[in-house]
Amino acid sequence: MITYIIRRLLLAVVILFLVTVMVFFGMRLLPGDPILLLVTSVEAEGLSIEAYEKLRKEHGLDRPMVVQYIDWLGGVVQGDLGNSILRRTPVIDEIMQRIPITLHLGATAYIIGLLVGIPAGTICAVRRGKLIDTIITVLANIGITVPVFWLGIMLIYLFSLELGWLPVQGYTSPFVDFWRSTKQIILPVFCMSVWGVASLTRQTRSSMLEVMNQDYIRTARAKGLTESMIIIKHAMKNGLIPILTLAGMGLAMIIAGSVIIEMVFNIPGIGRLLIGSIINKDYPYVEAIVLIIAATVLLINLLVDLAYGWLDPRIRYG
Amino acid sequence: MASVTDNSKTMVEGPPRVGEWRRFRRVFFGRPVVMFGTVIILLFIICAIFAPLIAPHNPFTTDLSKNLQRPSSEHLLGTDQLGRDSLSRIIYGARTSLLIGFTVVAIASAAGMLLGTLAGFYGGWVYNVIMRLIDALMAFPMILLALVVAGALGEGMRNVLIALSIAMLPVYTRLMCGQVLSVKENDYILASRASGARDWRIMLRHIMPNCFPPLIVLITMMLGMVILTESVLSFMGIGIVPPTPAWGSMVNEGRLYLRSHPILSFAPGLVLMLAVFAFNMVGDGLRDALDPRLRGAL
Repeated sequence: MITYIIRRLLLAVVILFLVTVMVFFGMRLLPGDPILLLVTSVEAEGLSIEAYEKLRKEHGLDRPMVVQYIDWLGGVVQGDLGNSILRRTPVIDEIMQRIPITLHLGATAYIIGLLVGIPAGTICAVRRGKLIDTIITVLANIGITVPVFWLGIMLIYLFSLELGWLPVQGYTSPFVDFWRSTKQIILPVFCMSVWGVASLTRQTRSSMLEVMNQDYIRTARAKGLTESMIIIKHAMKNGLIPILTLAGMGLAMIIAGSVIIEMVFNIPGIGRLLIGSIINKDYPYVEAIVLIIAATVLLINLLVDLAYGWLDPRIRYG
Repeated sequence: MASVTDNSKTMVEGPPRVGEWRRFRRVFFGRPVVMFGTVIILLFIICAIFAPLIAPHNPFTTDLSKNLQRPSSEHLLGTDQLGRDSLSRIIYGARTSLLIGFTVVAIASAAGMLLGTLAGFYGGWVYNVIMRLIDALMAFPMILLALVVAGALGEGMRNVLIALSIAMLPVYTRLMCGQVLSVKENDYILASRASGARDWRIMLRHIMPNCFPPLIVLITMMLGMVILTESVLSFMGIGIVPPTPAWGSMVNEGRLYLRSHPILSFAPGLVLMLAVFAFNMVGDGLRDALDPRLRGAL
């Protein structure tokens, strides 16, 4: 078990290293020059070649790319993710300011997904073929299909513009004004949780159905356990193991979804910062954010794999 | 329970191919929602091919004197801010979506098949190099990968195709690799090797055909996913940009006139959802019909 964990950790480090290589060289080899974007945003025209070269030197962009990479990687290992090209401030400062915002929305959406999706899927499996199963299944199939950006816009139209119940967009910290903050996050959190709720419902339904046909469920019935006892103590325990994979995937989907939702609802989270930085070619931001996301996803996947072995004794690590 | 006995009978007595085909038809066409999806997909394909004949107006013709009209018999879904007919743009949008969907799936599945087969067949360092790179790609959520690549490359059809193909590549490679690993253990591979067949012949003639059923399911499911992701890129302004009609960018354009003309955003998004729904349902139907593990249960 210990050797397995160590091996997995080493593998994760290797993958993370490949991620840094891909992101760093991918961004910098593509067309587009951050210095030109920087200059157009500061002083419109009249940039001499000397001044341009000076700016490049200032940001260290004149050095060979491999040297830049090693320098950057050395900083990352020590916790320094570099300085923004446009704003000249350490990128970590702004990222740290924005992470709580994305986390606030994402964690809320994630919890809602679990709290609604698993019971809904279980109800479907238990009441298979009944009306409630059909209704929930159809809703879940629509839920994994609906384009979230469109859903967000339609909800803004209905609840904000037509009915005037909720604010159109924006974000307030819950510690500043809790009521206002909650009203503002209702729609974005709803949009973010739709995919998770729908896919969890589908997955729970199918894996619970599979389990309900097993012999040990028949045994449990035969020894006279109540149906709810069978479902909770016997069926769910095994039926929910495949859900773990989805729980890890759900986190990745929430991260990806936050990029879209933050654009639609104008929320100053990490996703909007990422898109803005990609468009402005502010490499250090893109590299830092992508690295943080990739590291999080790898960590979650590792935890999911370990949890598998803990929950299902049939899985042995070689 | 009756179906279980039926199936085991066909498996033992009848020639397996006939049984499989019959079961495929029964399972696939047996569910109304799958039939619905099939019809919708056919309609979209017809719309995409015959767009110039079906669309009531030219989707590119701007007429500022007729901009932002409400739905009428002349313009069934109204006109946009430049006076272009919204319905015609949606019909031409099917062209954009399907073209991108099929192209990306073709590129990604071909590349994934190649990489996955090589990794699974040769194992060792080939496997390690290919799969570790795929793992690194998989550390990004799919939509995010597409956004980052498309954002870095800039908008336009070619860049969208590249971005989406890269984003979809890991799923296909993983699937193929897993399939090849299990198929290559079969005795007929050993037999073929004993009879002196070369590696490429074993891969092409014996391994790849046996990997097709799950690949077909994945391709159908991914078509919906590709179309959805393309619309996200177009919505954000880093995918297909106007004047080329694309559903995602139409939703985004309509946003500015949301209060007065909600239909401009509503209609293309609804059509997009319908298309993705259809591909997902057909994918589900194919999976149920082709997955050998469900044999007997369905």
